Amino acid sequence: MAEEIAVRSGAFLGGRAREAGPGIGARLRKLATLARQNPLGTLGLIIIVVFVLVAIFAPWIAPYDPKAFSGQRDEGISASHIFGTERLGRDIFSRVVYGSRISLSVAVISVLIGGSIGICFGIISGYMGGIIDSIIQRTVDAAIAFPALLLLLIITQALGPSFKTIVFALMLAVIPGVTRVVRGAVLSEKNNQYVEAARATGAWAPRVLFRHILPNVVALGIIVMTTLLGTIILAEAALSFLGLGIPGATSWGQDVSKSREFLPYNVNAAVFPGGAITLTVLGFNLLGDAIRDIFDPRLRGSR
Amino acid sequence: MQAFIIRRLLIGVVILFILSITVFLLLRIVPGDPAKQKCGLNCKAEQIEAIRHDMGLDKPYFPIDVESGPPFVSFTSDSQYGSWLGGIFTGDLGTSTVNNRPVTESIRNRFPVTAELMVLTLILTVIIGIPFGIVSAVWKNSLADYAVRLIAIAGLAVPGFWVATLALILPFEWWGYAPPIGKFVKLTADPVGNFKQMIVPAAVLALGSAAGVMRLTRSSLLETLRQDYMRTARAKGLHERSVVFRHGMKNSLIPVVTVLGLQISGLLGGALIVEQIFTLPGLGDYTVRALFQKDFEVVQTMTLYAGVTVVALNLLVDISYAWLDPRIRYS
Repeated sequence: MAEEIAVRSGAFLGGRAREAGPGIGARLRKLATLARQNPLGTLGLIIIVVFVLVAIFAPWIAPYDPKAFSGQRDEGISASHIFGTERLGRDIFSRVVYGSRISLSVAVISVLIGGSIGICFGIISGYMGGIIDSIIQRTVDAAIAFPALLLLLIITQALGPSFKTIVFALMLAVIPGVTRVVRGAVLSEKNNQYVEAARATGAWAPRVLFRHILPNVVALGIIVMTTLLGTIILAEAALSFLGLGIPGATSWGQDVSKSREFLPYNVNAAVFPGGAITLTVLGFNLLGDAIRDIFDPRLRGSR
Repeated sequence: MQAFIIRRLLIGVVILFILSITVFLLLRIVPGDPAKQKCGLNCKAEQIEAIRHDMGLDKPYFPIDVESGPPFVSFTSDSQYGSWLGGIFTGDLGTSTVNNRPVTESIRNRFPVTAELMVLTLILTVIIGIPFGIVSAVWKNSLADYAVRLIAIAGLAVPGFWVATLALILPFEWWGYAPPIGKFVKLTADPVGNFKQMIVPAAVLALGSAAGVMRLTRSSLLETLRQDYMRTARAKGLHERSVVFRHGMKNSLIPVVTVLGLQISGLLGGALIVEQIFTLPGLGDYTVRALFQKDFEVVQTMTLYAGVTVVALNLLVDISYAWLDPRIRYS
């Protein structure tokens, strides 16, 4: 059985891949070198992995139900509440742990969907050219020129805040940036000699597109998507800070907002959820920079 | 150059047209009837109809309508979109439900606040971002360079609303000091008191943009310092300081100018939040209030207003780009 799968996947990958594939040991060594060369990127990856694990295993990590009144109101830091409690006596640590679920899931889903749409638009725009290109590019101009936060606020308020509408709004915010970069990449690939050569041999247009242009361009699109994850987490947090987050959800932005509503201010309730946002965004930014540097040295230091 | 400006102006108009239609339609898909909302509970059908007529909601959306038979399109002189745009050009924007005052008056009163906030923020961005970026590039891989890079990375990751909240909470917790919020002091009435109110929000906004400018100044200057003409300047025996400032700065600051222009839209977005937290009566605060009170007419107008600002400033940036760098010739 196992042999059959191996043979099949071998056939799928093509004979060459099987012969040339390095052993697991060699691959790990390569990975270790890569990590040593990019200490900041590695740090970013570690931060993200930790937050992803926290989000997945939240029920086992959080000592209390994030919505239960597990202590007195505005308690300080103690052994039973390591981050203290917020205004209603709920455990801040548990709320920070559960808050990671919303932040990460909303950001990852909207970047995946929006990024894929952006890649499609970018390819269409760059490959087709002409009037379609102009329409897409002017729309992208309009979207980029505009304060994204205002558009997000309008969309979520118009549709009513919920998981779906917030993902939809953030997805729209991702599309223009990805479209722009991918279009540029398609244009430069189109002028490469190998594409011309493929065309000259009479290759069918979609075949040129899928075999030659797509692989190079999609990689770039994915890099841009990684660098956007941090920005999208910030945007989601800002939405929930302004009260347009997912209703009833435990979210970092909303908790920061609640901390300053009444006197006396609750410092712990502001510091810890906000710190969690910063750390997550930092992780994604560091990883995004490192990935970009590794895969596309031309873009190095561009941010 | 002239042809370039005209082309850019036309593109700007197209962009604003797309934006106005998008926002107009977006706010028309809101569930619920604004007229019914305004009328309140136990309201008769005729009353709702009267209010609908007063608010102009019984008019068609657009002045153009597509028909199935020839001549296929029909035009109406009176439409919701038409009267909105007409109002913008004539300066009659109706009355807002936010404060029951004419929208034009509110914009006139609130504009100076946001404009001052933006100018202060840009000044802080430049005086923080550029010098630190230069230090970081000139002493590459030194302790100072690492410190600047670390601060820049952190500055881009920190949410503005969190810094603003901490700027409000922590001084109060530590020293019992509350930043002067609540009653706004006008610049013309009391410049010092006004500055005290504006400087903290401006600094919060400048944090993110200064971080971006720092990183860009660093990479741009590093790029310039590698150029051949820099080596020539050094070989001529020029003092290192004049090499960096006379030859390096001039060429490396051009991209920084563009980025400053691009940051405007982000800063306007930031003003939405910061004006809320520090209770500054600016345009951002007005927009957020209108949004939450579902006064969509005002939201529509403010959105277009922000769009016009951004498009106009970016055009200015592009022109200054050509002026700063004679190598660039627009065709």
